[in-house]
Amino acid sequence: MIEVRNIDKSFGPLEVLKQVSITIEDEETLAIIGRSGSGKSVLMKHLMGLITPDRGEVIVDGVDINAVSYGELRQLRRKFGMLFQGGALFDSMSVFDNLAFPLRTFSELSEEEITAKVEENLKEVQLEGVEDKNPAELSGGMKKRVALARAIALTPQYIIYDEPTSGLDPETSNTINDLIRSLSSRSNVTSIVVTHDMHSVLTIADRAAFIHDCDIHWVGTIEEMHRADDPTLSAFVRASEYQVGAPDRTASP
Amino acid sequence: MLDRRFLAPIEALGQYVLLLTKAFQSLNEVSIYRKNLFKQMVAIGIESIPIVALAGLFSGAVLTVQTAYQLESPFIPQSIIGSIVVPSMVLELGAVVTGFILAGRVGARIAAELGTMRVTEQIDALEAMGLNSIGYLIVPRVLAGVFMFPVLYITATGVGIAGGVGVAHYGDFLSAGEFVAGARQFFSPFDPMFGLLKAFVFGFIITSVACYKGYYTGGGAEGVGRSTTEAAVLSCVYILFANLALAILIL
Repeated sequence: MIEVRNIDKSFGPLEVLKQVSITIEDEETLAIIGRSGSGKSVLMKHLMGLITPDRGEVIVDGVDINAVSYGELRQLRRKFGMLFQGGALFDSMSVFDNLAFPLRTFSELSEEEITAKVEENLKEVQLEGVEDKNPAELSGGMKKRVALARAIALTPQYIIYDEPTSGLDPETSNTINDLIRSLSSRSNVTSIVVTHDMHSVLTIADRAAFIHDCDIHWVGTIEEMHRADDPTLSAFVRASEYQVGAPDRTASP
Repeated sequence: MLDRRFLAPIEALGQYVLLLTKAFQSLNEVSIYRKNLFKQMVAIGIESIPIVALAGLFSGAVLTVQTAYQLESPFIPQSIIGSIVVPSMVLELGAVVTGFILAGRVGARIAAELGTMRVTEQIDALEAMGLNSIGYLIVPRVLAGVFMFPVLYITATGVGIAGGVGVAHYGDFLSAGEFVAGARQFFSPFDPMFGLLKAFVFGFIITSVACYKGYYTGGGAEGVGRSTTEAAVLSCVYILFANLALAILIL
C-alpha cells in the first residue's frame, strides 16, 4: 500500500503540488489523470523517491521513503517496475542487454537462466526475435513493449506507467492497454497509470484520481466518474470522445 | 535580496560538491562500477593516445625550432636548446596540451553522453531500478580520468621530446647527442613528478566537470548542446586556473 500524505512540491516559484494526499490500495489499478503539465508525472516520481517533496510524506508498505537512507531507498525501489514515457531504454546496449541488465545487476541467476528469462519476458509483451537489435532500430510501440518487459523483469509488486499510450497509434495503444490489463490482473500487483488518455483509463483502471490546480481534485471508481457531477472533472472527461461514444459530426451547428 | 546572478554560481558549486561527495561515498560499491571502469579507461585513455601523441609531437617539434631560432648566437652552446625544450615539455606543455585536447575530446563526450541519458530519462530508469546512478555512471568516468591522464601525459611528453630530438637532428639545428646532453644538464627528477601531479589534477577537473554538467542537464537537445559546450569551455578555464595555482603553490 502506498500512502501519500499532504505533499507540497514547488520548482522555484512554480507550485506544482499543494497538500496532495492519496492512498493506493494493494492490487488495485489507479489511473492518475489530468491535463498536460498538471503535475501528474511529478506526483508519480514522488512515489518511488525520484523527487523529494518539500513537505509531506510518502509511505510505501509502512516505510517513509524520504526518511530512510539512500541504500534502503534503493532496496525499496526494487519493489517497483517503471515504464517511462519514452521507454528510457539504454541506447548503448542491445535489446537483450537492456532486458538482462536488471537481472544481471540484482539477481543471482546464471547467464543461461537470464537468457531464458529475457525470452520469456519478451514473449509476454508479444515481441520475439528482436534481442540483437539496438533500441534505435525499434518503432515507438516496440520500444514501449521492450521497456515494459524490462520493467517487469524482477517481478515487481508495484508497476508505474508514465503515459503508456502517448504518441502511439490506436491499434498499438490497444495492444499496450491489453498488456497492462493482463499484468495488472496478476496477483499481488498494484498498478499506477499516469495518463491523459481516457480510453486507457476506461479500459484498465479500477479507480481514477484527477489532478487539477496542484491538488487531487477528485478521486473515485470509474463508475462513480461517469456519474460525477463535478463540472471540472466532467469537462475533462467529456473532452474525450470515449466517454459518450464518438461525437455526432452529422448534426448541424 | 541577493541577485540570482550572484547566487547561481554558489548554488552550482554546492551542487557540484554534493555530487562529488555522493560519488566519493559510492567508491566502496566496487561491483557497481568495476565493469564500467575498464570500459571508460579504454574510451577516455587508450582511444585518446593517437590525438594526444600527435599534439605532443608537434608541440615538441615546434618548440625546438622556435627555441633554436631565438637562441641563434655563436656565444650560446646549441645544447641549451635541449635544456629548454625538455623541461618545458615536462613541466608545462605535456600536461596543458593534453588537458586542452582532452577537455574537448573527453569532456564533451562525457557531458553529451550523460546529458542525453538524463533528458531521455535513462538516468531516472537506473535510479528507478534501485541502482546508484552516481556510482554507476560518474565514479568510473572520474576514476578513469584520474588514472589515465597521467598515462596520456607521459605519452604526450615522451613523444614531444622525441619530436624535438627528431626535428633538431634532421633539421640540422643540433645533433641528438647534444640535445640529450643539454636536457640532462639541467634535469631535475622533481619536474616529471610535478607534471604527473598536474595531469592527475587536470584529469579530475575535466571528468568531474563534464560529469556534473552532463548529469544535471535539463531542457532536451538544446540542453545537451549547452552542457557539452559548457563542459569543454569550463574545463579549459579551470585548467588554466589550476595550472597557475599549482605552479604558485608547489614550485
